[in-house]
Amino acid sequence: MNDTSDPQFWSDLVDVLILGTGQTLYMVSIALVVTVVVGLPLGILLVGTERGGLFASPFGSRTAGRIINRVLDFVVNLGRSIPFIILMIAVIPFTRLVVGTFIGSTAAIVPLSLVAIPFFARMVEIALKEVDPGLTEAANSLGATRWQIVRKVLVPEALPSMLLGLSTTVTSIINFSAMVGTVAGGGLGDVAFRYGYQRYSTIHIVAVIVIIFIIVQSLAAIATHFARKFARTSSPEGRVSAADKLELQPAPTGA
Amino acid sequence: MISISHVSKTFGVGDRRTVALDDVSLEVGRGEIFGVVGQSGAGKSTLIRTVNLLERPDSGEITVDGRLITSLGDRELRIARQGIGMIFQHFNLLSSRTVRGNVELALEVVGVDGRERRTRAGEILELVGLEGKADAYPAQLSGGQKQRIGIARSLAARPSVLLSDEATSALDPETTRSILELLRTINRELGLTVLLITHEMDVVKSVCDSAALIEGGRIAEQGRLVELISTPGSRLAHELFPLGEVPANTSGTVIDITFSGGLADRPVIAQLSRTHAIDVSILGATIETIAGNQAGRTRLELPGTPATNAAAIADLRGQGLLVEIVTGDAA
Repeated sequence: MNDTSDPQFWSDLVDVLILGTGQTLYMVSIALVVTVVVGLPLGILLVGTERGGLFASPFGSRTAGRIINRVLDFVVNLGRSIPFIILMIAVIPFTRLVVGTFIGSTAAIVPLSLVAIPFFARMVEIALKEVDPGLTEAANSLGATRWQIVRKVLVPEALPSMLLGLSTTVTSIINFSAMVGTVAGGGLGDVAFRYGYQRYSTIHIVAVIVIIFIIVQSLAAIATHFARKFARTSSPEGRVSAADKLELQPAPTGA
Repeated sequence: MISISHVSKTFGVGDRRTVALDDVSLEVGRGEIFGVVGQSGAGKSTLIRTVNLLERPDSGEITVDGRLITSLGDRELRIARQGIGMIFQHFNLLSSRTVRGNVELALEVVGVDGRERRTRAGEILELVGLEGKADAYPAQLSGGQKQRIGIARSLAARPSVLLSDEATSALDPETTRSILELLRTINRELGLTVLLITHEMDVVKSVCDSAALIEGGRIAEQGRLVELISTPGSRLAHELFPLGEVPANTSGTVIDITFSGGLADRPVIAQLSRTHAIDVSILGATIETIAGNQAGRTRLELPGTPATNAAAIADLRGQGLLVEIVTGDAA
């Protein structure tokens, strides 16, 4: 079956890899968009509803702010604690509700987003907390609304850190996407499993590793490039070294 | 222009309760530069932040330009804040925006459209002397230049009042002087009322028309500088003319004479010595320019009898000088 002298083997390999890469990129990119769209506001709310935050007293009630903060914090912790393979099975009813089925690449985007959102929300939270509170104060003194402070001060100032957080988030989405073969999601992980493990094809494994390595490294390079570009501090090294620490954290493996 | 009336503010609860402001009242006149001076922890920072309600007082009222700030709702407060500029010790500039972008932030908040923002930012940057730096980022500039951006940003929306929260405390003496000069200039040219807080007496000396001394959350003294320096026993005046301690071994009567206005350049001491035939010793002297006027204070030791000393003091007072008896027995 693994007859490398057979020309069919190579053309099959290429087909399988193209298909797998396409599925991986499809799942990862859509999941990433969903993650940013949901995770960014979630992170902002996490910081904002803290004591003394911008949204500490929504509707004039500090109690409401505290409750929202606690609930979000709990949900984020819960999301980050559950191993991905378990989460993927547990959310099947929800996936069905959203996509109509729980099988295939599109369906796999749901659990991938669900696992990445809390992760990215924490990254956003960390990045926002690094912004000097004096800037919020200055914007307040100018008469800015809360929305203006978020949009014109907090997000632009936290952007370099958030981009590096995003880079770590993509890496972890790619990591988790390797497991969606379980729900027939396809992707490069599935190629490695079916060809490399079940059919003993080392060539498939090596090819998958090389492709994933290239994807992760190029995304990280792009994120770092933009993070540096937007970091206008007097010591860009300082800003990036803090971010390098983020990158050094091993991507969580579902635990 | 700014009226702070019976304002109190407490932080923390129980054992950790600290009174930051205790029934503080202040009156800042239109177009003047008013300095609140005090040590760190005296409550001056809390005080200035209550003026635009960055810190909401527990009780008391604040009026700025005829508007009762403490009674405003969120939306009205934001509009009122647009008329109250503020500059900060650590500048608080956005590192993600250029110099122009930082200034334009103040105009975006107000809702000024793009082209007008650019024109206004250009004007105001020229006023603060940063016309060539519009496209630079704050990180590329020096501390003094950063504070100029802060000033430009605070003035962009044409406020009637400027609050300065230790604006020169992070700067070296040379830069401090140039920033204070700039504050003086905008105060004159734009008719801006300035309330500043500082722990440096030099700041009060060089730019303020009026001052208040704050201690333990209370105003110990306040008034116009020209009046304070001729007020007997004024602690601010003593701070303005530091003469140090009286030497322990003085036997006679020690007096402080304050010269102000046109009296500063008369040969008072030589005359005193001649008319009363006493050998005065000068223990200390200082001359300062306060609120644009030359003023000085001299500490003398009068070695005569109580009677001759009293006559000498009466003579000095007769000339319109402020004489305070530091030690000794002369009435």
